[in-house]
Amino acid sequence: MRAYSRPTEFNWWLTNRTYFFFVVRELTSVLIAAYMVFLLVLLRRLAAGPEAYAAYLRFLGSPGMLLFHLVALAAALYHSITWFRLAPMAITLRVRGRRVPGATVVAANYAAWLVVSLVVAWIVLRS
Amino acid sequence: MMMAEQTVAERTITLEVFRYRPEQESEPTFQTYEIPYREDWVVLDALNYIKDSVDGSLTYRWSCRMGVCGSCGMMVNGVPKLTCSTFLKDYYPRPIRIEPLANFPVARDLAIVLDDFMAKLVHVRPWIIRRQEEPLEAGEYRQTPEELDRYKHFSMCINCMLCYAACPIYGLEPEFVGPAAVALAQRYNLDSRDQGGRERMGILSTHEGIWACTLVGECTTVCPAEVDPAAAIQQAKLASALGWLRRVLVPWGNK
Amino acid sequence: MVDVLRHDLLIIGGGAAGLRAATAAAQLYPRLNIAIVSKVYPMRSHTVSAEGGAGGVIKSNDSLDEHIQDTISGSDWLADQDAVELFAREAPAELLQLEHWGCPWSREPDGSVAVRPFGGMQKERTWFAADKTGFHLLHTLFQTSLQFSSIRRYDEWFATRLVVENGRCQGVVAIELGSGQIRLISAGAVILATGGAGRVFPFTTNGAICTGDGMALAYRAGVPLKDMEFVQYHPTGLPGTGILITEAARGEGGILVNKDGYRYLQDYGLGPPDPWPRLRAMELGPRDKLSQCFVYEMQKGRTITGPYGDIVYLDVRHLGEKKIDEKIPFVRELARKYVGIDPVHDPIPVRPVVHYMMGGVHTDAQGATPLPGLYAAGEVACVSINGANRLGSNSLSECLVFGTRAGRAAAAFALERPAADFAALETQARDEERRITATFLRAEGTERVSTLRQEMQLAMESGCGIFRDEASLQETCNRLARARGRFMRLRLDDRSRVYNTELVAALELDFMLDAAEAVAYSALARTESRGSHQRTDHPQRDDARFLKHTLAYRTGGAPRVDYLDVAITRWPPAQRVYGG
Repeated sequence: MRAYSRPTEFNWWLTNRTYFFFVVRELTSVLIAAYMVFLLVLLRRLAAGPEAYAAYLRFLGSPGMLLFHLVALAAALYHSITWFRLAPMAITLRVRGRRVPGATVVAANYAAWLVVSLVVAWIVLRS
Repeated sequence: MMMAEQTVAERTITLEVFRYRPEQESEPTFQTYEIPYREDWVVLDALNYIKDSVDGSLTYRWSCRMGVCGSCGMMVNGVPKLTCSTFLKDYYPRPIRIEPLANFPVARDLAIVLDDFMAKLVHVRPWIIRRQEEPLEAGEYRQTPEELDRYKHFSMCINCMLCYAACPIYGLEPEFVGPAAVALAQRYNLDSRDQGGRERMGILSTHEGIWACTLVGECTTVCPAEVDPAAAIQQAKLASALGWLRRVLVPWGNK
Repeated sequence: MVDVLRHDLLIIGGGAAGLRAATAAAQLYPRLNIAIVSKVYPMRSHTVSAEGGAGGVIKSNDSLDEHIQDTISGSDWLADQDAVELFAREAPAELLQLEHWGCPWSREPDGSVAVRPFGGMQKERTWFAADKTGFHLLHTLFQTSLQFSSIRRYDEWFATRLVVENGRCQGVVAIELGSGQIRLISAGAVILATGGAGRVFPFTTNGAICTGDGMALAYRAGVPLKDMEFVQYHPTGLPGTGILITEAARGEGGILVNKDGYRYLQDYGLGPPDPWPRLRAMELGPRDKLSQCFVYEMQKGRTITGPYGDIVYLDVRHLGEKKIDEKIPFVRELARKYVGIDPVHDPIPVRPVVHYMMGGVHTDAQGATPLPGLYAAGEVACVSINGANRLGSNSLSECLVFGTRAGRAAAAFALERPAADFAALETQARDEERRITATFLRAEGTERVSTLRQEMQLAMESGCGIFRDEASLQETCNRLARARGRFMRLRLDDRSRVYNTELVAALELDFMLDAAEAVAYSALARTESRGSHQRTDHPQRDDARFLKHTLAYRTGGAPRVDYLDVAITRWPPAQRVYGG
């Protein structure tokens, strides 16, 4: 009784729209990690003194780095939006015996994001 | 352009069907059948027509033809579907490609080998676990409609395995316990009558349990019974993480 | 060379009755070695498509006597009253056991089990799990059975013959479908739990697997088939496919109307139409009467002609979307999917379709057949608690009550008298292997399985349907005999071994021809009308001659028909009265 095996093809993620965008979503974490590296280097340069810090800022202002930051921002936004959209799957809340609708959970996530962003923006921009 | 329009009487549709006959061949082939097209036929009707009138050697599973027994899952144009609920008219006039469910070994033609799923089903202990059984004389365990609602959708799983066919992780890592198994485990975890949550969480909180899942979400998309297995897995992850946190922060708080 | 597998108890069929028998035996005798042989994985068993519910007395306004009375009058007095008494008594505990095992019964707001009204019942006693009761019941039982390490399952093994040696049943010969190998499983006792035989008719709620396998296996082993002429037509199946629309739709208040929008059932003694819903009246009358009323309406030209024959309408619009989604969501889904209408806005086209076999393998109240070591439970069996017509929601309870009884009785028998004559059993198995190869796997022949199956189905529908007469029944019997002759010249396209489903179809057709023959000849012999067996040439019920069960015994030709008195205890025969 020879059963026939069909192992997953290496191009499996190109065969289906959902699979493709799933892989894109997963790859956004690479870009976000890269951004974190640049951020950590920024802190280090800051600690190393004004010339090192200024030189690094000039580097960050170069066209290549600006492009990277735009792409990384897009990736982070995509990452966050897909995360919020999936949040109701994991978070099931019941209030007075009724299930809180998924849309409410998503909206709450966006609201929290907005509040945190505003607070961070205020801290950064007031000086 | 010079093709005559098919009249109602002679409308046909083409099926490209995966064949695998282990006694005759070591590799599968595709066989093409042209069959009458009927407005209200489902893919299963087409397969039955082939088997009855054209080629009796085509092997496939089916029974209830109303979407509740879970037998007739197959890949239809690359998408896992129940063939008893998939209408020809959604594909006509283009040809339809029919293959066995992905990610499973093929026993013969369109019939897959289910052994892996059946083992995983037992593995998650899908039955009521209680420290103390109440006697029947005590009557039913009280369960309010709200309590029933908590796990009801997870109990709707018909074991059709479309979710396993849709899950790329199961394809890449066959040890993954899989969406339906986790959904059924959660069905019992969330049942107010069950007390086996700890035991099941131990089984699920492993790499091949819930943690292999990276939330692709296709399992929920293809599920014909609206079970939402992806939700079951994510909820289990949250419960597992919170449980771990509780044990780490409050180690003396365990019974 | 045929492989032999030894077990203490063998159960053929993995549906509600089979799984319940296995769990009952495993609980009572933990050391017992139990095998379940099923031609499909148990979750595919036809129990899964039952929708409406399972009857059992639990409400304080109800009583066992009323359940018994409803069942007996529903059976048109052909049910064995002692069996009905114990059935009604044991049903509630069985349903509670399922609840303890996790069955998600629908509930009242206070958390107690809810019940709904059902056809022919004077009180509400049908337990339900939304409108997928059979699905939930089966999956609960199946998942519960996974705990018992003493239960060994042989999934996708097709039983082809019972082995009878030394005057008792000692096992079964089966084909392991995955490999095509013939195997022998020996056991001290065998329980048949293989379900009904609706597929002998062309339009049925039954799935593909309902082919009377167990009935034919017993029949060929010399066990009589009882009351086979009583075939239930469910009043509301979808036209064309025959897909079941549950009686619960009427229990919740749905109505049946003809082409003039008129609730025609009031013309046939089931009225008055108001107040509605009302137990045992109008659309909550018994199934046999409702199906017969459809035919009367058709004869009067008051049904609607559709692409798949005549229909009437089942209207649930007045229930409102909320109630429909809460109580009968599956009905809504099925109507939308298969006939393209939304029952919230439009009435559902329906017609009677074959649904259940009241008849089956003759057993006593323990599930024992006249052949020592052979038991039967569920739709395959005829105890009889359903007599000439079954009330809706009694079947799921029947599977549980008699599954448990047969499981315990067969287990006790097996412990006392384990299988013994292994050499003789192996010889029988080799003979069976030769027979299968010679009959089905040869290259000569001219007939196709599907052609003969269709001929059988058409013969049954035309001559042995809701209304029958001597001429139509005789014609059916003749056509079946000719089909049997043609069966000898069968030729399969597929003569391979591995997973040969054409061979399975041929074996099933072989069994179906036996079941069909028993139905048709029993119907021919019963010259009265009772319950679901209606003879236009003998329209009255005749208790003097026919307050008896029909027993059909297999011979080389037409079956030998004999009769067995019905057991009457406290309910002397009376007229069935509904409506009012």
